[in-house]
Amino acid sequence: MSYLRPALVLLLLFTALTGLAYPFAVTGIGQALFPAQANGSLIEKNGNVVGSDLIGQTFTSDRYLWPRPSATSAADPNDPSKTVDAPYNAAASTGSNLGPTSQKLADRLTASSDAWRKAGLAQPIPGDAITTSGSGLDPHISPAFAKAQVARIASVRNMSEAQVRQVIETATEGRTFGLLGEPRVNVLRVNQALDKLGS
Amino acid sequence: MILNGWLQIAIILATVLLAAVPLGAFMAKVYAGKRTLLSPVLGPVERGFYALAGVDPAREQGWRAYAFAMLLFNAAGFVLLYAILRLQGFLPFNPQSFGALSPDLAFNTAVSFVTNTNWQSYAGETTMSHLSQMAGLTVQNFLSAATGLALAMALVRGFARSKAGTVGNFWVDMTRSTLYLLLPLSFVTAILLVALGMPQTMLASVDATTLEGAKQTVALGPVASQIAIKQLGTNGGGFFNVNAAHPFENPTALTNFVQIWQMLVISVAIVFTFGRLIGDSRQARALVWVMGILLVAGIAITYAAEAAGTPMLHQAGINPADGNMEGKEVRFGLALSALWAAVTTGLSCGAVNAMHASFTPIGGLIPMFLMQLGEILPGGVGSGLYGILVMAIIAVFVGGLMVGRTPEYLGKKIEAKEVKMAMLAVLILPTAILGFSAVAAVLPQGLAGLLNAGPHGLSEILYAYSSATGNNGSAFAGLTANSPWYNTTLGLAMLLGRFAYIVPMLAIAGSLAAKTKLESSTGTFPTHGPLFIGLLIGVILILGGLQFFPALALGPIAEQVMMLTGKTF
Repeated sequence: MSYLRPALVLLLLFTALTGLAYPFAVTGIGQALFPAQANGSLIEKNGNVVGSDLIGQTFTSDRYLWPRPSATSAADPNDPSKTVDAPYNAAASTGSNLGPTSQKLADRLTASSDAWRKAGLAQPIPGDAITTSGSGLDPHISPAFAKAQVARIASVRNMSEAQVRQVIETATEGRTFGLLGEPRVNVLRVNQALDKLGS
Repeated sequence: MILNGWLQIAIILATVLLAAVPLGAFMAKVYAGKRTLLSPVLGPVERGFYALAGVDPAREQGWRAYAFAMLLFNAAGFVLLYAILRLQGFLPFNPQSFGALSPDLAFNTAVSFVTNTNWQSYAGETTMSHLSQMAGLTVQNFLSAATGLALAMALVRGFARSKAGTVGNFWVDMTRSTLYLLLPLSFVTAILLVALGMPQTMLASVDATTLEGAKQTVALGPVASQIAIKQLGTNGGGFFNVNAAHPFENPTALTNFVQIWQMLVISVAIVFTFGRLIGDSRQARALVWVMGILLVAGIAITYAAEAAGTPMLHQAGINPADGNMEGKEVRFGLALSALWAAVTTGLSCGAVNAMHASFTPIGGLIPMFLMQLGEILPGGVGSGLYGILVMAIIAVFVGGLMVGRTPEYLGKKIEAKEVKMAMLAVLILPTAILGFSAVAAVLPQGLAGLLNAGPHGLSEILYAYSSATGNNGSAFAGLTANSPWYNTTLGLAMLLGRFAYIVPMLAIAGSLAAKTKLESSTGTFPTHGPLFIGLLIGVILILGGLQFFPALALGPIAEQVMMLTGKTF
């Protein structure tokens, strides 16, 4: 008995304190002080949510900057026991988890690399352009990958390459304090800015 | 590129050391029950908790009573968490109406969080209600970390005291760890993480219509409050499936910095606490050197391996300078992914910001090896300190054998009982890791979970049991672990790795406390100089390396050789 009471009472007290009071307090303060971040850094257009500044989206049209490939999937609408490829499914994050001797990975890389060559894009291929990210939701691409897409976007949209480059530049983040992380381009921000230019 | 990468790594590690020294001093005061800055606010809460729980904070326990209290508290925590997960469908704060977890998944998850492993057989955003995440998982994030810290204090008292019958009071150590250390640090850093972009809302998801007109459902939730303690308590169980690779769980390079700092700081600080409590900070510095040297070596090898890329990537025409970006996020790149991978496995954290399964063979070997070394570099909160002290006991024993002297550590004679108990504890690692891996590698139930074939498949299994036994929680996540076989055996490996280690360790604490603390003389083998640092590193590597080398040779090392010859599976 002398052990049971402290075990149970302390467990309940700490559940109330760390499991309810703490997360609700952080929610209250976070929502009050930093509502934009606390709600997922959402981006709106004419009052509708078009996505999150932090979460990548799939873009397939030639008019848009393309993101990295994504390994996320979703339940098959025809047979819920199976899954189908669903890039940038932000309701179920995952990476490919394929290892360095995986034939499946080799096939995927070869296919992407052939497509890259066929499109006449600059060599060598940037490291992020045909690899999937850890989350499948990477909102960024490398500046090199963005640069390789400038000519395509400019020609489809009848813009000058300098204009497209300008748009990309404004959506490029450097290293934090010039030191931390890697330079990166936010794909959704670029595409929104391209649409705003209206061509 | 490489220079910048190393600069990032150096600055993060330096920031940890800078904070760990004062934090260690603060912790020494907390565990001694002295007044601190937080006492005016938290003192009444602490006393109130004791009054309600019927705990007399002045009454100390011998090692058996301490162990029994710890086991009972953890068992109660397991039952409560298991119940919450099984009853999830009937409980509130379940906006997506998730149903109950299966019995084996609930067992695995409850064990996982109670043992500070935080292995995820589930995908958070598609399995767990907000209530399960908060009142279930977050609570054990705090309490399992507090348990680890308390146990470390018991062992430290064993060294610090002379002819004592007690090693402290578990209820008091656990309560103080949570109230004065984990909760305030989590609270402040959680708010900081929200400011830096991490969501914290009771909404479950938001629907967006993309510029191309497609629908995207973005999962959300009370992320920041859970991530803060997940990192500080070296728990590592993520809110989302992909853990800290998820942009909501780790939005920027700055949150990445904060989270690496969080996961290291308490584990390093408690070593300095140890130095203060035994009254010899040189001993603490020697242990930090050992941890630092081995950890930095691990970071360097992983970074070099990932920067080198793979033949497959080079053949596809990828810029060789970009290394291996499969499974990595652009905002972190190679350096921060490699740093995180080594830190999270040198610790028993297990949070990941890149997919270890897609690392190069050598880049993936290092995290696996760091876990097999016993999670002591610097290890989980508390568990890292008692782990490395157990290794130090073995090291002085080996040193004593070499020169023919009675081994002594920190003024305590190390005799047959301590060495037997230390060996009993460390032998759990190979038994559980190699034993379970061997069985899983031949049973159809084990092989059914594999994603990759060839040596990488064996690595998936070996990594899983290393992670579970070391109470780490990271994975080669190609493995489909949510099956009755893996849920059950990984759960058992976690229980063994935690509790079958702790009980002999507490027996050592009790035995040491009862001994007379000897003054050091000219005949004492100094345990704070470079010679001892080298000896301890040698014992850690030889003990770890020899036990696991054959298994590693069949997994990642074989894969490296085959990869270079262009073989795929």
